[in-house]
Amino acid sequence: MTVRIYVPADAAAVALGADDVAAAIGRHAAGHAVEIIRTGSRGLFWLEPMIEVATPAGRIAYGPVASEDVAGLVAAGLFHGGGHPLRLGAPEAIPFLARQTRLTFGRCGVVDPASAADYRAHGGGAGLERALELGPEGIVEAVVQSGLRGRGGAGFPTGIKWRTVAAAHAPQKYIVCNADEGDSGTYADRMIMEGDPFVLIEGMAIAGIAVGASRGYVYLRSEYPHAAVAFRRALETARRDGLLGTRIGGSVHDFDIELRMGAGAYVCGEETALLDSIEGKRGQVRAKPPLPAHHGLFGRPTVINNVISLASVPFILAEGPETYRDFGMGRSRGTMPIQLAGNVRFGGLFETGFGMTLGELVDDIGGGTASGRPVRAVQVGGPLGAYFPRALFDTPFDYEAFAAAGGLIGHGGVVVFDDTVDLRAQARFAMEFCAIESCGKCTPCRIGSTRGVEVIDRMGAGDGPAQETLLRDLCETMKFGSLCALGGFAPYPVLSALDHFPEDFGLKTPLAVAE
Amino acid sequence: MNDFPSWTPEAGALIIDDMAAAGRTALLPILHEIQATFGHVPRAALPMIAEALNISRADVHGAVSFYHDFHEAPLPPRVLKLCRAEACQAAGAGAVADEVARRTGAGLGETTADGQLAVAPVYCLGLCATAPAAMLEGPAVAGGRRLAAKLSGARLDRLIDAAMGLEPPSPASAGVAPAAEVAR
Repeated sequence: MTVRIYVPADAAAVALGADDVAAAIGRHAAGHAVEIIRTGSRGLFWLEPMIEVATPAGRIAYGPVASEDVAGLVAAGLFHGGGHPLRLGAPEAIPFLARQTRLTFGRCGVVDPASAADYRAHGGGAGLERALELGPEGIVEAVVQSGLRGRGGAGFPTGIKWRTVAAAHAPQKYIVCNADEGDSGTYADRMIMEGDPFVLIEGMAIAGIAVGASRGYVYLRSEYPHAAVAFRRALETARRDGLLGTRIGGSVHDFDIELRMGAGAYVCGEETALLDSIEGKRGQVRAKPPLPAHHGLFGRPTVINNVISLASVPFILAEGPETYRDFGMGRSRGTMPIQLAGNVRFGGLFETGFGMTLGELVDDIGGGTASGRPVRAVQVGGPLGAYFPRALFDTPFDYEAFAAAGGLIGHGGVVVFDDTVDLRAQARFAMEFCAIESCGKCTPCRIGSTRGVEVIDRMGAGDGPAQETLLRDLCETMKFGSLCALGGFAPYPVLSALDHFPEDFGLKTPLAVAE
Repeated sequence: MNDFPSWTPEAGALIIDDMAAAGRTALLPILHEIQATFGHVPRAALPMIAEALNISRADVHGAVSFYHDFHEAPLPPRVLKLCRAEACQAAGAGAVADEVARRTGAGLGETTADGQLAVAPVYCLGLCATAPAAMLEGPAVAGGRRLAAKLSGARLDRLIDAAMGLEPPSPASAGVAPAAEVAR
């Protein structure tokens, strides 16, 4: 009987030596009937490389495993789940995983991302089947009813976007997947593309049927070469499997996807800059309106959604919109893959219904800092997201609650900093990053970010109080005068740092108190 | 050490003509292919691309200079990209950059005196839960590319050795097929 060993090929696991571990298992398996299956990651990154062995009693996990550990593991009976100091037991019973609601990431780290058969064996394809029964209008209605909002950051209702494109008349429409996951602290898109790529393909195919688009593009950032390899392989497999191509799933619908690589420009994560980049131009932002839903890729009606938005759709179709909508709170429905990152003890992907507080996520789930020092600040939502102090840790993870607290959820990245952080330096970095990555089209972003660095430098040189008014005014101009979120949201990290950590800027008391 | 073939207009034309049928949308794919083949995008390629896609030379130059990935001059055989984004900063990316500069003599944005290694900033590799992270790339890197995370102690030492081309052949990886083949 062949023993199956699962070793992640996720980029983060590989960066910690997973390829060497797989090779070592291969060498030590000589003489045993062992099959090594390279999976994605379960997202428990402090335990990576985490390997699993299939036993009659279910999978047993071990981690973190180094290649030097393999000989000892094999001697201890790895192939039948034997005891060893690195033995973690059933992965589903590990509290970090047991406390999650895995609707979108249910297969990630479990299945072989290269196998369409494994995908189907774990429920894949059911969403497309249901979509074909419902037809275009029924699909759009289901996505509207689910309450799904764009998981890429803006939070616009996905079903409404699809309805607009479905209603547009044009000889050609497009589905564009924004896989330009440039925000620091986020890696959910990368994990899906490496660990469960077929769910994204299925989600895009459903979107294509819903709006009458026969072509899709995935725009992937070039910093993710492992995801590119995994996704390209999945595209070829999906065409052979009938998930893509002509008459998909035996229906009357044609749909195919082309993978496009970005070239190192953060602003191309902004949807209109992304469209220009695919068209073969500098990735500069377009003024809206017209919306991409009316005038998108090559001037045609286009659905542009983030990876996680599209990857959430197969579950919604397969299990029904109510099942999905029942998770969450307020107008934030369903689940969000929250990504704990930075100086955090238990860093990883935590998918849960909206509504858990920031403090629970950081202290309870994340276990505080990896350095063991106190948590001082948490940046949520990428480089354009706000820095939260402990005083705001009771903020529930919800689009509206975060906006009310002066922040944004963005793509769900939570970056933890300990008490050695200098928030003035972080605010300066936000402006500097904006200056480096600005597309240059609008003045507030292009010039404002450079001036922002200068003003923050003067605050560091001891001119805090005099420069504060200027910095706030500059942030106001950028916020309301910029063409897109790069310049428009750069003030979030800057102002939140200034508001919550004035002492780092040479300001004795917050402005409100001083006045 | 393997190296990139030298640019020739004939070799460039093969790539450009093969991909130009799609029109202007082929611009980035062509630039990627030229850079992957020759290690850089030679200035001589720009007018050829402009003509094939029926766009102006200024348009092509505008795109090449806009995207951080494209380089007009060949890069050193090894490029060490250190992540400088917030998650890595929170976990000690500054100390990693300092240590790399101390040991290689090249700070961020610099190349070593022997021209063999460039150290460059990168803003997020998606390894934010295992920060700080880096990616070593180049024709002189085994497999063309290597990711490294949780950089401190022995892991950082090994990465710097590999970046400087000092790495002894590892018994763990010598003679082993790439991961994808091992898997099947």
